[in-house]
Amino acid sequence: MKILVTVTEVAAVDDEFEIDGLGVDERYLTYDLNEWDDYAVEEAVQYQEAHDDVEVVTVTVGPERADQTIRQALAKGADRAVRVWDDALAESRLLDPATKARVLSAVAREEDPDLILTGVQTGDASFGATGVALAAELDIAWAAVVNDVDVDAGAGTAAVHRELEGGLEELTDVDLPAVLTIQTGINEPRYASLRGIRQAQSKDLDVCDLADLGVAAGELPFAYDLTDLYEPEAEGEATLWEGGPEETAGELAELLREKGVGEA
Amino acid sequence: MSDVLAVAEHRRGELRDVSFELVTAGADLAEAAGGDLHVAVVSGDVESYADSLDREGVDAIHTVAHGEEFNHDVYEQAVAALAEETGASYVLAPNSVNGLDYAPAVADRLDRPLVTDAVGLSYDDGLAVTRELYGGKTEGVIALDGEAAVVTVRPAEWPAAEGTGDATVTAADVAIDEDAVRTTVTGFQEVGAGEVDISEADVLVSVGRGIEEEENLDIVEDLAEVLDATLSASRPIVDNGWLPKDRQVGQSGKVVTPDVYIAIGISGAVQHVAGMKGSDTIVAINTDPNAPIFDIADYGIVDDLFEVVPALTEEFGG
Repeated sequence: MKILVTVTEVAAVDDEFEIDGLGVDERYLTYDLNEWDDYAVEEAVQYQEAHDDVEVVTVTVGPERADQTIRQALAKGADRAVRVWDDALAESRLLDPATKARVLSAVAREEDPDLILTGVQTGDASFGATGVALAAELDIAWAAVVNDVDVDAGAGTAAVHRELEGGLEELTDVDLPAVLTIQTGINEPRYASLRGIRQAQSKDLDVCDLADLGVAAGELPFAYDLTDLYEPEAEGEATLWEGGPEETAGELAELLREKGVGEA
Repeated sequence: MSDVLAVAEHRRGELRDVSFELVTAGADLAEAAGGDLHVAVVSGDVESYADSLDREGVDAIHTVAHGEEFNHDVYEQAVAALAEETGASYVLAPNSVNGLDYAPAVADRLDRPLVTDAVGLSYDDGLAVTRELYGGKTEGVIALDGEAAVVTVRPAEWPAAEGTGDATVTAADVAIDEDAVRTTVTGFQEVGAGEVDISEADVLVSVGRGIEEEENLDIVEDLAEVLDATLSASRPIVDNGWLPKDRQVGQSGKVVTPDVYIAIGISGAVQHVAGMKGSDTIVAINTDPNAPIFDIADYGIVDDLFEVVPALTEEFGG
């Protein structure tokens, strides 16, 4: 059994930041493993630990900087990693889900996994679409927003729970191979052990470009033209109390008492 | 001239609110693009849904009666077929858990670009979609080449369509290929039912990621106790297993409408706000002055919760 996990490096923006052209100024960005993908990696590694002969491979579309994030996933137990990057991808300011899915599908075709796990979404662009787009591109089954997985490798199916809105879960059987987009909270992602971090340094991280994958850059959609980026205007009309903690807590206490809160 | 196809969403026998919001967004876009608004109703009691969806601005409703509940393989086929049959350039779907389960596949099948979670749509010789980027810290405008796209629309951003329309209602001639249906919905399960019903509380002390560590929950528990309030939480706290699921406020948890909602260390992601924006009075304590929670708060303190919360507890004799 082979499980392919997509791993994305995401950018978190500082509380105070500046926009430079059509992007947030690099000085205010911190890069990390996408939170949803952390759960997807954990789900794959837990399955591997509970079964024989399971290989976990990660795939990332991203620049060299992302190697640090990929090593995190390897340190948590993935066996090896593939990273795809190309000048044609670097030129795009914002990759659309279909373009990413097309690149990932080329890797998936080479790896031929039984199961593909992705995060539900990334924490920065938050399209929430790449996993399903990848399944559609590969013409295999999928389930989105999964918070429970029970794989029956013998039967070639997975019984999953999809987390719908309002505290309702849909129970769905999915034919394998399939793409499952993994929701946060499905497991408890581990911290990498020191031993895991050491081992990760010697695991294979295969870097390839579009030509290596047989993908012609000219045939990728690159569907987005980002024409503007700005800080949304605060819509709020909140009364903001100023001063030290004692003062502001005092103001809030007064409001709460007016509303009859906290009166024994 | 470009037509628009809006895809309604229903669950367990009821249309979801977002369906009527899609009609508004779709009617606006159709008007700007000089085309008609078509509405697709797939699965379930399609005739009764069509009747409800015949609101102002809708030109035609197309029904596909196939199964009772949502199945993404059926939706993918039906919506793509309707887009081609109606000639609609733009397909609008809800940015819901189910919308995101079929919209990317429809886009792939039709070979059209997809933009998710739109908060604004404008048309001027082509579609431009406004959506958040960088984790909600910024908004961006994405212009799309060509005259065709699939867009998912954020719930509660457009008002629900009202009035009565005079749309034609047609049972569409769409055959579903059962061999291409690779998923089977076997049932539903309610989760999050527990000992505490936070939706019944008058006062909620709600804690988010800003609390940093499980041990730190003590300070919000102490505050809830002196205020005689109920403790609730945003998603990360429940994901971490620090509080049970029955305490979760938001899209996938509970919708709450207390008299007073005190958000502590909660940034106010859209999924959280969906669950608490109906509260009478909202107070937010957060270090980030740009946190979206301040957009809906009535009162705010931009400061370190680890200083403000104990000081507040002390005010009430704790």
